[in-house]
Parts: sequence; structure tokens; C-alpha cells
Amino acid sequence: MAAEELKTGPLEYRTQEGQMGIMGFWIFLGAEVVLFATLFATYAVLFGRTADAPLPSELFEPGIVLIMTFLLLTSSFTCGLAIHEMRRGSVKGLIFWMAITLALGLGFLGFEIYEFVHYAHEGATLQSSAFWSAFFVLAGTHGLHVTLGIGWAILLLIQIKQRGLTNVTSRKFFIISLYWHFLDVIWIFIFTSVYLIGMVI
Amino acid sequence: MHITDILVTGEPIIYGAMVSMALGGLAILFVLTYFKKWGWLWREWLTSVDHKKIGVMYILSALLMLFRGGVDAMMMRVQLAFPDLGFLNSQHYNEIFTTHGTIMIIFMAMPFLIGLMNIIVPLQIGARDFAFPYLNALSFWSFFFGMALFNISFVIGGSPDAGWTSYTPLSGAAMSPGPGQNFYLMGLQLSGIGTLATGINLMVTILKMRAPGMKLFHMPIFTWSTLVTCFIIVFAFPILTVALALLTIDRIFGSQFFTLTGEGLPMMWANLFWMWGHPEVYIVILPAFGIFSEVISTFAKKRLFGYNVMVWSMIVIALLSFLVWVHHFFTMGAGAFVNSVFSVSTMLIAVPTGVKIFNWLATLYKSKIEFTVPMLWSLAFIPSFILGGVTGVMLGMAAADYQFHNSYFLIAHFHYVLIAGTVFACFAGLVFWYPKMFGHKMNERLGRWAFWLFFFGFHVCFFPQYFLGLDGMPRRLFITNVAEWLPLNVISTVGAAGMALGFVVFVYNVYYSFRYSERETTGDSWNGNGRTLEWATTTPVPYYNFATVPYVDEIDPYVRMKEEGKTTFEEDKVKPIHMPSYTGQPFIFMALLGLASFGLIFEWMYLAVFGLIGGVVMMIRRSFDYDDGYYVSVEEIKETEKKARGL
Repeated sequence: MAAEELKTGPLEYRTQEGQMGIMGFWIFLGAEVVLFATLFATYAVLFGRTADAPLPSELFEPGIVLIMTFLLLTSSFTCGLAIHEMRRGSVKGLIFWMAITLALGLGFLGFEIYEFVHYAHEGATLQSSAFWSAFFVLAGTHGLHVTLGIGWAILLLIQIKQRGLTNVTSRKFFIISLYWHFLDVIWIFIFTSVYLIGMVI
Repeated sequence: MHITDILVTGEPIIYGAMVSMALGGLAILFVLTYFKKWGWLWREWLTSVDHKKIGVMYILSALLMLFRGGVDAMMMRVQLAFPDLGFLNSQHYNEIFTTHGTIMIIFMAMPFLIGLMNIIVPLQIGARDFAFPYLNALSFWSFFFGMALFNISFVIGGSPDAGWTSYTPLSGAAMSPGPGQNFYLMGLQLSGIGTLATGINLMVTILKMRAPGMKLFHMPIFTWSTLVTCFIIVFAFPILTVALALLTIDRIFGSQFFTLTGEGLPMMWANLFWMWGHPEVYIVILPAFGIFSEVISTFAKKRLFGYNVMVWSMIVIALLSFLVWVHHFFTMGAGAFVNSVFSVSTMLIAVPTGVKIFNWLATLYKSKIEFTVPMLWSLAFIPSFILGGVTGVMLGMAAADYQFHNSYFLIAHFHYVLIAGTVFACFAGLVFWYPKMFGHKMNERLGRWAFWLFFFGFHVCFFPQYFLGLDGMPRRLFITNVAEWLPLNVISTVGAAGMALGFVVFVYNVYYSFRYSERETTGDSWNGNGRTLEWATTTPVPYYNFATVPYVDEIDPYVRMKEEGKTTFEEDKVKPIHMPSYTGQPFIFMALLGLASFGLIFEWMYLAVFGLIGGVVMMIRRSFDYDDGYYVSVEEIKETEKKARGL
């Protein structure tokens, strides 16, 4: 626990605590990759096992999923802008772009909930077949991560209001930005390997 | 719901266990109240974030679990040696082999090793604590409450009974209704959170908090084994997390992953389970290798032979450990090609493991060996483990495995590697580092008794089981009144009694040494043979570990430090030390998640939601917690060090 503080470089990297926190989070993301990889593998193995439930090609539609993809990818961009503002030392810019990021994330969630309800009405639920179990758990785990991320970011926004930019608050924002970009990457895989493939097969 | 609906009734043995648990619990409550120790317990232990105290709590829990798992084992052995006695019924037998396996792997072997890592790794690399002390406490309490949940199952709700592998569809809702399997799922899930967190925590600690000058290839070999183990934990445990979650969703929310309806795939569970499960066995064996390496090099009084090769062989083992999982179910019918691939990858693991064996032998070669108790455990490990390893290669041959599969041959094999490897290492490591933890050594004479009883008991118990397996006796079998199996089963049970006796002597030794052992005055407890930094600290270790952290640029730095008269207390270089504050949050947080898990087990959703919300509240509290710890003043450090060093 070195208490020494560097005088230059990004705020979040100036203390050893900051560096260790960020490294720990990178390793955690490694574990998250394995978690999602297992869910993707499960989905791939159970692909086509729809039993009496509808086929994915009957339900998946390009429109809504494209909107969701657009929202989430844009939110990743605005999240990057928020961190850029943070590095420039602008609390205002950080809060502004982070708020937009969260709004886009909420939009994504809204569409996902609508989509799930719609599928359930068409007879595809968690219980209806192995394929749909895998689909709902894979997409649902991603959605749960987005939800947690939004809640977490709101807590951080309160803290930045209270404390301004410090080594600690900037580390927290940097880490949540890593998390947010990671969810974006996972979504790209869900979009391609679940929705795009599901639409054509 | 009435209380008799959830309590397990109608079993005399379980009534006995209930009464003894209640009496034991009352005794603890009475002692704590009578000696007014509640405040002490809370302030010094339950809220502690000190890696040494958390390590001690891990090891105490692991010893308790070794007792519980051992009692299960003895009950099985009694049943098998006296099948006509009617000691256990088939249901009870199923429950006992399930809990025996699960407890020994998840709640004994891992916490024992993680406890030793907790105490020793920061000391070996010259760190003041873990990278994330709060998270470390969280890990311990998640393990503790997971363990508690799993263990109450046999009096409340009924134990899981589908084997420690919990294969579907047997463990699914259709064939195992009720809370039993849920206890397995939630107990493992909860403690798994802690294991993953510990993996990340130790990894960052080792990568970021080493003494100045210490490169990765200067690290003590036990620290290396910990680093490699953490790598396996981080990449294997999420697979278990997912597998457990999917089965939980299957059982509680009616999804169709592993079911026989809705086109589910029961065999996928076996794949997911062993994709974690095989790396898991290396999680419990690599630290053991690390402990043996430390002990052997200390008492052979030589630098470990082939240090670099030892490290690389561990890394190779870690990578291969992810590529062999199918060998646990060659008979499932994956086909000749798949089985061949996994057969070859399995046998490849024998290569780096063999390299390690030869390196230990080469370290011993022409050295003046000191036969202390930890050294006895380590020397006994080498030939015993080879027996387990060689039979492992036999099992790895896919074609032959059709004969060995699920027989006592397999049982004998994995007990030979897990007991001769992991359990011997736990004993060796505990005795070896005992003076660092408690300020006195364990009695040598009693230690030898414990060792020889356990060692002979172990071979007498498990060697006959190879032949039982070759004679066709399947595992998990409740009825064994086949005349030709009986003699070997009786011999095996006698051996098990020997191991139990050895364990009793070991535990008695803890008490005896506490009363009568000489207190340590020097930090270098083993006749000045210490080689690594943990022996450079004073005994007992001050809570900040190192007054000044030495500069390290070689393996076994303490050998040179002693020659040059250097210590970890250079008075003119002492600076204030930053330490984390104790906190009760991890305990409360994990108690709430334990409550949520308990609710899920009985499918009492209100309780589960309540516990989860409590957990979220604790996370929010933590987010707003800007407690920055405190500084230990230079005067206090100097005073402590001078007193401890008799200056």
C-alpha cells in the first residue's frame, strides 16, 4: 500500500490503489469473458432444439434488433466521450456524456424488455424449450449486466457531484467505462451469432 | 409450513447429529458469554481484514470440514465392511457419499490451501496485505456462509444425494425434487463468488505488490504456484458459476437446459461440470506442489533444483488442465476420435508432472536431509503420489477406461492423488508455517505419530481399492455383500480407522502444543534454515508484516540477508505504514446473501428477494464508503520491532 502519489499522468493511475483496482477489474473482465463464452457455447449446443415452440427465424426481426444495436453502440461512443472529458478535467462534460450514455442504455433495456414480452406472447418462453432457455438466459444475462451498470453509474454520478474529480472518483469512472465497453463487445457477438444467424437458419 | 416439514426426521444417526450440533452450539455460546468474548470475537476476527487472521479462519474452517467429511467417509467404510449390519439405508448412503465428496473438495481442500496462501503469500513477496483487503474478507465470508448452508442440509431439508458431480438428469427437478440439490447448488454458488474474488485478489497482489527488485522469476515457488492457481481459478470458476446457475434455473424456474423434456441435453452438464472440474483438481494440486517444493528445499538445505523448469512445468500443467475434461466420461460415447484426442492430452500432463518429481528428487540428491514432520509428509508424498499418477495414466487410456470407469480403481486413483498430494501438503504446510501463525511449533513427537498413523492408514485404506476396482466393484455402491469383495473392504476400513486416528492425534497436537510447546523467540523457526522472506519477519508477525521491505534480486533472498546480517527492520528507513481499517460489512453482506440463498433453496421467494435487496444495499453502502484506512506511526513501528527483536 504505497501512499506515494504520482504528479503526472491520468488521475486514476496516479496511486498504487488506482493501478491495482484497474488491473483487478481487467482480470475480472477476463472472468466475465469466460462466463459469457460458456453461455454462448451453451446456446450453440442447444441451437435448433426448439421442441414445440416457435423457431427463431419466425420471431427474430431485423428492425428492433438494429435499433437496439444502434443505441448500445452509440452509448459506448458517448461513454468514451465522457472519459475523454474526464481526462480533460471537466466534471460537467463527464456528467453530460455519462447521462446520455445511461439514457441510451435505458432505451436499449426498454426495447429488450418489449422484445422479451413479445416473444413470450408468441409462445417462446424460458420454459418452452432448451433453445429458448439458452436464448433468454444468454440475452438476459447481458441485459442484467446493462441494468447493473446503469444502477452503478448513477451511484457514481452522485459521488462525482459530492466530491469532484479525485484519484478515487476518476478511477471509478474509468472502471465503469471498461465495463460498459465490454458489454458493447458482448452485444456485438449476441447480435451476430444469435440474431443474424437465428434470422437466416 | 410446519417445522417438521423441513427438519429431517426418522433417522437415529441424524437425531444424534442434531443433538450434538445443538450441544456444541450451546457450548460455544456459553463459553463466549461466560468469558465475555463476544466483543473480542467481533472486533478481532469477524471484522478483520488482516490476511493472517483471515487465513487462520480459513484453516480452522477447513479442519472442521475435514472432520465432517471424514465422519462421512468412516460411515461409508463401516457400511461397506459390515454390509449386513444395516448401519445405513440406501438413501442415507447416497447423501453421505455426495456430501463427503463435495465437502472434501470445495470446503476442505480449497479453503485449506487458500488459507495457507492468505497467510504466506504476502509474507513471501514482502507485502503488507492483499491488494484488496476488504474483498479478501468478503471472500472468506462467502465461503463461510456457503459452507454453513451446505452443512445444515442434513438436518434441515435433507442433503443432496446425486453425487458430488451432481449429474443431470438425476439431479434435475423431475428426479430429485425438494431442497436437497438446491443446497448443493446454492452452497457452491455462494462460496464460488469468494473463490473467484480470491483468485483476482491474489493475482493482483502478486503482480503488483512484490518487494522492490523482485522479478517474477525471483518469487518463491509457493507464490508461483499460487499465481498459476489463480490463473486457473479466474478462467475455470465462471464455467462452474454458469453451470450451477443453469441447473438452478432449471430446477426453480422450469427452464429446459438439462431436462429430458423440451429437447434439453443432460449430457451438457457433464461437459460444463468437468470443464470446471478438471482445472479444479489442478487448483488443489498446484499449491500442494508449491508447498512440497518449499519444504523439500528448506530441509534439504539447498536451492530448489531446476527452479525455472519447476515454474514452466506448472504453467504447462495449468494450460493442459483446460484440455482434458472429456476423460471423465470417455464412456459417454463421444466417439473414437474425440476420445483419442482427450486421451493423448491427458497423458501429456504426466510429462510436466514427471519433470517436477525428478526435480524434487534432484533437490534431495546428496543433501543433508533433516527429517522434521513437514519433511516426512513431503517425502511420503513423492512415492505415494506416483502411485496415483501412474494409475491416472492407466485411466487416461480411453480404451482401457471402459474397464476402469466408475469402479473402485478410479476411487483409489483419485484418493491417491488428492490425499497423498493435497492432504499431505495441507498437513506439511500447516506444520511448516505453524510457528509463523501461532508463535510456537507443533510438538514433533505427536506430529510423527499423526504422520505414521495417517500414512500407513492411507495406504492400507486405498491400496486394496485398486484391486476391488479390478475385481469389478463399482463406486457409490451401497450393497457389497459379494463374498470376494468383503476381505479387501474390511482391510480398507481398518486403514480408514488408522487415518481417523492420525487426524485425532493431529488435532490433539494442536491443543498439546498450545499448552506445552516452547514459544518462539526468533522468526526463523526451523533451526535457521528459512530461505524466503516470510522467515525474515519476527514471530508473531506484526500486523503490518514488514517494518521495512528489503530489496530482493534473487531466489531465496533470506539466505543472503542472514549472511549479510540484514533484517526487515532498518531503523533509519522506517516510514509510516498505510493500513486498511477493519469493517463488519463483508460479514453482514455475505450473511444477507446467505439468507437469499436459503430462501432460494426452499423456493421462499420473499426471503430470497429480501436477502438480495439487502445485498444490493450493502453494495451501495460500499460504493459510498471512502474510508481510506489509517497510518501506523514510525514510533509505534520502532517500538514493536525493538520489542520483538529484543533490541
